[in-house]
Amino acid sequence: MTQAMKVAVLKGGRSLERAVSLRSGAQVEEGLRRLGHEVVGMDVGNELVPGLLEAAPDVAFVALHGREGEDGTVQTLLEAIGLPYTGSGPSACVRCTDKALAKHLMAEAGIPTPPFRSLREASIRDLGAAAAVASIESELGFPMVVKPARGGSALGVKFASSSGELPGAMVGAFSYDGTIVLERHVAGRDLAVSVLDGEPRALPIVEAVPREESFYDYESRYQIGMTTFVCPAELPTETTTRAQELAVQVYDLLGCHGFARVDLLLDRDSGELWVLETNVVPGLTETSLLPQAADAAGIGFDDLLSRILASAFDR
Amino acid sequence: MKRGTGSGGGSTRPAAHELARYEALFASRTKGMKSSAMREMMALTERPDVISLAGGLPDTSTFPAELYAKLMAEVAVEGTARALQYGPTEGMAATVECIVEVMAAEGTEIDPAEVIVTTGGQQVIDLVCKTLIDPGDVIVAEAPTYPGAVPTFSAYQAQVEQIEIDADGMPIDALEATLDRLAAEGRRPKFIYTIPNFQNPGGVTMSLPRRRRLVEVARERELLILEDNPYGLLRYEGEPLPTLLSLDTQMAGRGGASDLVIYLGTFSKILSPGLRLGWAVAPRPVLEKLNLGKQGSDLCSSPVTQMFVSAYFRQREGAWLEYVEGLRDLYRSRRDAMFEALAEHFGETARWTRPEGGLFIWATLDERIDTTDLLALARTTQGVAFVPGRAAYMDERSGSSSMRLNFAGMPEEQIREGVRRIGKAIGEQVGLLGSLTGSSGGRAGTGKTGLGDAPEQAPKDSGEAAGGQEGMADVVALPRREGDARGRRRRDR
Repeated sequence: MTQAMKVAVLKGGRSLERAVSLRSGAQVEEGLRRLGHEVVGMDVGNELVPGLLEAAPDVAFVALHGREGEDGTVQTLLEAIGLPYTGSGPSACVRCTDKALAKHLMAEAGIPTPPFRSLREASIRDLGAAAAVASIESELGFPMVVKPARGGSALGVKFASSSGELPGAMVGAFSYDGTIVLERHVAGRDLAVSVLDGEPRALPIVEAVPREESFYDYESRYQIGMTTFVCPAELPTETTTRAQELAVQVYDLLGCHGFARVDLLLDRDSGELWVLETNVVPGLTETSLLPQAADAAGIGFDDLLSRILASAFDR
Repeated sequence: MKRGTGSGGGSTRPAAHELARYEALFASRTKGMKSSAMREMMALTERPDVISLAGGLPDTSTFPAELYAKLMAEVAVEGTARALQYGPTEGMAATVECIVEVMAAEGTEIDPAEVIVTTGGQQVIDLVCKTLIDPGDVIVAEAPTYPGAVPTFSAYQAQVEQIEIDADGMPIDALEATLDRLAAEGRRPKFIYTIPNFQNPGGVTMSLPRRRRLVEVARERELLILEDNPYGLLRYEGEPLPTLLSLDTQMAGRGGASDLVIYLGTFSKILSPGLRLGWAVAPRPVLEKLNLGKQGSDLCSSPVTQMFVSAYFRQREGAWLEYVEGLRDLYRSRRDAMFEALAEHFGETARWTRPEGGLFIWATLDERIDTTDLLALARTTQGVAFVPGRAAYMDERSGSSSMRLNFAGMPEEQIREGVRRIGKAIGEQVGLLGSLTGSSGGRAGTGKTGLGDAPEQAPKDSGEAAGGQEGMADVVALPRREGDARGRRRRDR
């Protein structure tokens, strides 16, 4: 059993994923209390740093999702004040949160990720980037997925089935971030592989199965209640093994620490696996994918928290 | 897979698989109570630094504090014990008298025995569904419809058929076509839900010929109508139109008895939503079931606030109407301020309705702009919020280039600033679209709502113009009259 500590649980914040983060934070707080720790919940806002300095915890548990919590902002601050914290460091956060950067890194490392291009809003204004859209269309083809480079909310993830739908989809995605990723759409099964430090590294795979065939509708696809999760996913052994290997490779490539969740697609046509993205602070409610996967591996929620917490001191 | 072994023991550990146990315990209706990213985002707009034109709020700041204190003191002096006690399910007689007076001001004579006092108008929607709707039953509603009714309809597992409205409200020929189609499919709606005056969120008013025809159709086909009329007295111009209830009563030809209209009224917009008092006027057999339903829901509405209402109404003859007149003046100039601001800041392709009363304007943008995304942008970069159009559609997909704007709850300078900020975000998106398509002009939305097809002022006889519209986007909470508190709460998660 670990020694009792004072743990600041950072949650909430101002991102679109605030609500999920508050739920994650609440679950984490309960679990840490059960483990005997002294817990201070902090809804992240203007008073974050002064609040941390005043509370003087031994460690911060980062349960923030989305901007600020996952993009390295908070991690950088925690390092500046010398407070140990859970999860990945600033550079891994930047690499994972920026889907364009992560995809470039994966592509360069030979990890399969769907073909893509990224565009900055400023380049449309300043560099005439709109004129490049036609070549991107012919390169990637339709249907195409358009998403903000940063941000984990289902909002902003658009599906364009034709050239005519593309401008609206791009403007929609630009509403959430100044950079967007245009990606070839891969039809297939959604898989999530959570990775931890220590053994086992890759947890059993969770498959997200849409309840309705909402192929064109990314928002509902990620809506609670519209999706059923199956864990462990029913897959051929070699596919499972391959997906877990890929996830661990990506985790290492991007420099993650403590825990992360890697999302993949199993191509319906080719049977190939494609890596989509990595979440450095995946959801931590009991129904979130990482805790489900851990549970499937025989790691209870509180044990999972203990492992994540311990990794804060093993950086 | 193995589960539960080897982990530190917790008996209280809420393991993922244990959640599945709850899943099995939840009623199937909870599956209809869905969360959405849009609704979660709406919850984020409730921040002090955000100018919110999203609420359904009236302005309660104009109610004199001294009067409030005096009335509450009267309630205490005259009946502390009664105020603190349970009351009758149907409501206190003195409160029902006030309701009769309000209905008379709406031009509608009613029999006090046909009234049930409810906990806000929202409860009427809930009780009517509870009374009439089995899973899979059909409700016909307007498109767009009151966003706060959407979760109620969903919770009762109703199938909702939405009829696109235009500047004159629900087109009855479209209604009849829908009814015919449903009949051909062997489906019969339980009721038709309409907000005839200054519709929420569309802002339009159903014309008199349509009102008559709607009641005729309901009578021909033996269908109930739920007439939701929270703002009828908040008319800023034009002549009041008769309620569906009064038209049905006339057609029934017997004194005071409507056959087919369930009328929903509320004190929320003419006095205060915090009182949580509304009412239904309904045919006797329906009323009895509503009463039984209410017994199961909350036994009775608060006697404290019911006594407050009766004290308020008897302070001086007609004083309550003077307060309503004050609200009309206040809201009229706020509405006009919003019209001006929209014309100045929303750009050429935007269109909007021109409500003659109520609280809301429905604006529709270039069809390629999704107002849910616009809200995400406007919230973070401009600090302003509105209700995306999708919230007013059961499918949360239609109405994606429209938005609902509340002009009643804020001072004029805030309205102007809020609209300016939204306009700035729109300008950015339209500019970007122009760059991407090589054109400068936008495309006017042709949403499916008829609201949108008219250019900005809508024409027409009754004077309500309908601006452009198209559906809305997704929202989280849609406020409105009494529904407010309820609508705002996130029910999804």
